[in-house]
Amino acid sequence: MTLISMTVREALRDAMAEEIRRDETVFLMGEEVAEYNGAYKVSQGLLDEFGPKRIVDTPITEHGFAGLGVGAAFGGLRPIIEFMTFNFSMQAMDQIINSAAKTLYMSGGQMGCPIVFRGPNGAASRVGAQHSHCFASLYAHCPGLKVISPYSAGDAKALLKAAIRDPNPVIFLENELLYGQHFDDVSDDPDHVLPIGKALVRREGKDVTLTAFSIMVGKALQAADLLAEQGIEAEVIDLRTIRPLDTETIVQSVKKTNRIVSIEESWPFAGIGSEIAALMMEQAFDYLDAPLIRVTGADVPMPYAANLEHLALPQVETIVEAAKTACYRTPS
Amino acid sequence: MPNAISKDEALKAYHEMLLIRRFEERAGQLYGMGLIAGFCHLYSGQEAVVVGIQSILKPQDTVITAYRDHGHMLACEMDPKGVMAELTGRSGGYSKGKGGSMHMFSREKNFFGGHGIVGAQVPIGTGLAFAHKYKEDGGVCITYMGDGAANQGQVYESYNMASLWKLPVVYVVENNHYGMGTSVERSSAGPNYYGRGQGWGIPGELVDGMELLKVKEAARRAVDYARSGKGPYILEMDTYRYRGHSMSDPAKYRSKEEVEGVKEKRDPIDHFRTYMLKTLKIPEDQIKDIEEEIKTVVLEAVEFAKTSPEPDPSELYTDVLKEGENV
Repeated sequence: MTLISMTVREALRDAMAEEIRRDETVFLMGEEVAEYNGAYKVSQGLLDEFGPKRIVDTPITEHGFAGLGVGAAFGGLRPIIEFMTFNFSMQAMDQIINSAAKTLYMSGGQMGCPIVFRGPNGAASRVGAQHSHCFASLYAHCPGLKVISPYSAGDAKALLKAAIRDPNPVIFLENELLYGQHFDDVSDDPDHVLPIGKALVRREGKDVTLTAFSIMVGKALQAADLLAEQGIEAEVIDLRTIRPLDTETIVQSVKKTNRIVSIEESWPFAGIGSEIAALMMEQAFDYLDAPLIRVTGADVPMPYAANLEHLALPQVETIVEAAKTACYRTPS
Repeated sequence: MPNAISKDEALKAYHEMLLIRRFEERAGQLYGMGLIAGFCHLYSGQEAVVVGIQSILKPQDTVITAYRDHGHMLACEMDPKGVMAELTGRSGGYSKGKGGSMHMFSREKNFFGGHGIVGAQVPIGTGLAFAHKYKEDGGVCITYMGDGAANQGQVYESYNMASLWKLPVVYVVENNHYGMGTSVERSSAGPNYYGRGQGWGIPGELVDGMELLKVKEAARRAVDYARSGKGPYILEMDTYRYRGHSMSDPAKYRSKEEVEGVKEKRDPIDHFRTYMLKTLKIPEDQIKDIEEEIKTVVLEAVEFAKTSPEPDPSELYTDVLKEGENV
């Protein structure tokens, strides 16, 4: 296995191409995925290689094609359903939660729904309140779903492949701003998949634990660099999978650092940070020397104005200040 | 002129319709006794629809419906014991007691539920049809919905895709004239459900859903059309439910005379019984044998549903996710 450099966009495409080649029941369906090559060009070239049976352009009909995908999965296929953005999955939420997530249980284990719902999630840049929603917490709330939100290109590829091979419905949350970013960690081995549900310690440190996922991992790593200059060694955990959450890795880290800051771009109330806070109370209470601090998006619909949008999203400086507070260091 | 149905087929159809009727009567009783709880929607009155349609299907065909589903399961030849035990929430039920009246499935019989969200089964059925076409297995998906569901937006999203991609699906609108307590006149501007595919070029027809032979004949046209690759077809079945929407519905939105009138003049089982006696000249003894047999089958189902144990507490956390089946 050789590690090569590519963008997240290319890594996602390669993951799909390899899996579509490998398994004839896998197909990609969504708006503009075929002839347009993807609204964000993630499916570039797939129609040319696989043809319209495997790469299916849909009408603008999220509720309908999400439900159709669920039926196709019940019928023995393995659909990859692309939402042009996850914001539009709100139209399809009934099919995702009531039909895809619950049917295995409701059928006493008979049915199963091997399907991936994927697409960009969360804020991009200046696209306003209806196109900037992060759905990690919302989908992670539901038993019967797995929720993945990778940061690097290598993880994006290996985890998307794992999601496609998984026998359960998987929500795969990408990030538009990461699509064009290069990473040097992409495996060229078509059999390389990562286990779902395993976090990655991206930077080791002894003073404070920072948990993040998706684009916020990059910000946490930048914050860790700045903190190091001030004598604080932060440990950065890339959650990678939101559900099932790798609680063990977080607890092990907190046993070492005794302090934790959770970072996410979504809203604070009932967010991923709230869940981690509860888990630490239950599983690491005796190891905490300070209360967990949540760094989150502002509790407002996303504003359009550049200055307000900047204020609404967690920034590197916010993370640095939060980490220092957790370490009882005077804020700068 | 030859008869529209052979004696054997007629006896089988009568058996299935009467089984549904007697099964539902017993389910109603068990509900009254507190052995069945929650939501329970009975199919009595609509038997000819599902029995007529199922009688012309092939083994590879798939079936999906909403929550008034007991009749569909019995017509798919699912075991009455397993269905009744699911109603009582027992481990011997089709979903091990975890689904209930609205959520039963059988992979073996190609019955895909059993769905509780009005209209949600329609895109799923369209997806089953997509899978038939993708796999080229020659199958057709029969997607049942009520007149209430027919006003959901996702039905029309499905019609569009099914017609666009020529999917082998037959949409059956079981128009029993009431979506819960709201009559079609009060819910639907232009209640010709069979004509609602026109804009997408989907043929449709209105069928007397109380007449088994008419259902069968129309179903054959529709299924042949879908199977031949021409795309979806809509059948609107004019039918009637004898009971309330669910067991908790006293059905005060319609008169007793209306219900009794249908039972008296249009009952699908009585009509068909007369047809068997007079036209097919089947001896009454043979019909009575079936009636006796069904009594036993239903009593056995009730006994099984009462005695099958409740699910083990350990079942609470099973079947949430499939484990270890990555391929």
